[in-house]
Amino acid sequence: MRLAMNLYGMRAIYMYEMARTGRTLLQSIVSPVISTSLYFVVFGAAIGSRISHIEGVPYGAFIVPGLIMLMLLTQSVMNASFGIYFPRFVGTIYEILSAPVSPFEIVVGYVGAAATKSIALGLIILATSELFVPVRIAHPAWMLTFLVLTALSFSLLGFILGLWADGFEKLQIVPLLIITPLTFLGGTFYSTSVLPQPWRTVTLFNPLVYLISGFRWSFFNIADVHVGVSVAMTLLFLAICLAIVWWFFKTGYRLKN
Amino acid sequence: MTHAIAISHLSKTYASGFQALKDVSLDIRHGEIFALLGPNGAGKTTLINVVCGIVIPSAGTVTVGGHDIVKDYRAARSLIGLVPQELTTDAFETPPATMRLSRGLFGKPANPAIIEKVLKELSLWDKRESRIMMLSGGMKRRVLIAKALAHEPQILFLDEPSAGVDVELRKDMWQLVRELRASGVTIILTTHYIEEAEEMADRVGVINKGELIVVEEKAELMRKLGRKQLIVELRERLNVLPEALAGHGLTLSTDGMQLVYTYDTKAETTGITTLLDAVRNAGVRFKDLQTRQSSLEDIFVGLVRQG
Ligand SMILES: Nc1ncnc2c1ncn2[C@@H]1O[C@H](COP(=O)(O)OP(=O)(O)OP(=O)(O)O)[C@@H](O)[C@H]1O
Ligand SMILES: [Mg+2]
Repeated sequence: MRLAMNLYGMRAIYMYEMARTGRTLLQSIVSPVISTSLYFVVFGAAIGSRISHIEGVPYGAFIVPGLIMLMLLTQSVMNASFGIYFPRFVGTIYEILSAPVSPFEIVVGYVGAAATKSIALGLIILATSELFVPVRIAHPAWMLTFLVLTALSFSLLGFILGLWADGFEKLQIVPLLIITPLTFLGGTFYSTSVLPQPWRTVTLFNPLVYLISGFRWSFFNIADVHVGVSVAMTLLFLAICLAIVWWFFKTGYRLKN
Repeated sequence: MTHAIAISHLSKTYASGFQALKDVSLDIRHGEIFALLGPNGAGKTTLINVVCGIVIPSAGTVTVGGHDIVKDYRAARSLIGLVPQELTTDAFETPPATMRLSRGLFGKPANPAIIEKVLKELSLWDKRESRIMMLSGGMKRRVLIAKALAHEPQILFLDEPSAGVDVELRKDMWQLVRELRASGVTIILTTHYIEEAEEMADRVGVINKGELIVVEEKAELMRKLGRKQLIVELRERLNVLPEALAGHGLTLSTDGMQLVYTYDTKAETTGITTLLDAVRNAGVRFKDLQTRQSSLEDIFVGLVRQG
């Protein structure tokens, strides 16, 4: 009876995490949708009345990919980090540690669930945006690819954060103090090409610029950086996160004494 | 047949530098109830956590059902159910939901019939729709037992299962443990209620300051280390032990109404006859005699003091 994989174990974690979303529906779905709507009212209506188009795209539509990314990134990190931090905090992690599940299966369960939620959320926000502005999607397959890759990478990042954090403050700090500012500075509401030098070059050190640019390209065929670079950066980011998670489990870091 | 668990030269030094286990070797037999006793901080939980994969050993090896706990962790762990000492439960879940998670984690397909059976055995069936945070402490403890049993383990660790459980339910719990043993499950438990170990266990291990100082059949341990006492109830109070009785190893109780004679059950002659003759000759009249066997608790206290 030597199973190569504990599929039941992986599934149990995934289902358990998905069930948790059901309970926190307000927090995980409703509140991001409300804040997106607020962004539309403030940015789309207020600013959009002054800036009509960016690179030929109506301003209201132009901010849609950036907004989806903003929500996708913060929610992926928050969801995934909480998912693993909470059992560590209350001690129920003992069961995961004593179960015949491999690190890979644990990561698939937790990160898969967090990414699923984020992808669903991204699509819900897209649908919400349609209520405000007509959005056309030039490359739907690429749009979904970016959505999935980003959700995965940032859920992994959240998972890492949840393993590393030793208090609730740290759990809050990363999304609030790092992800959100970088997203804002990464061209959520504008094209980085409008920035004067040297700021334009500085933004190239912001990894989120590549994600937002690539995602926007899949909608409107316009990009701040070449889409190939965006894909490469996304995959690189994913690979780095995977390597860190692998190292955590290999050493038992913050998991086992 | 291999042992259910084979622990060999196991040591654990925590990151703090504290050595919680010192060269522990222990074999647990299939189907036995093994009681691990020891004072607070002795290393009982550490030992259990190493076997279950929660704490990384510093040295030594452990096999469970013949499977190495590191190299072959899947096979080893899937045999084990663990009821931890700490009351750590998924506060927002219902008992069946958290049991389903446990069952899945241990690689078993869903089986509502088993969940129902275990919940009923632990008198939790009525609480199946309550969130765990709404349950009492004793009920939470039973939820942890239910989780451990949800995947039908062959080896069950109970780390202080009776802490905070009332007398009635404790009896039910021990009944359940006996039934599990009858069905072939190996059980390792720790407890601070030594009479519990005395009643339940087949073998007893005593651990103190990270060292396993005794492992013995319970009956054997009682026989080996057991002392019997003969208590002579007096008719009249004595203020001091009469001269004639000195040298018999007698002690007078504080109220002066009892003479206590401690003797070794293994000895060739117990010396009781000579003692009673001496008592009669000294003119001391007694109304009753009783004997008392020292309990496992007395033995345990004696061992730990020495250690
Ligand atoms: N994570 C840790 N880091 C450092 N020391 C630890 C850690 N966990 C336990 N210890 C120490 O190891 C020793 C053994 O602890 P353990 O929990 O195994 O004792 P125990 O026999 O189960 O005690 P109790 O009867 O109180 O449950 C204690 O001195 C404890 O302080
Ligand atoms: Mg303990």
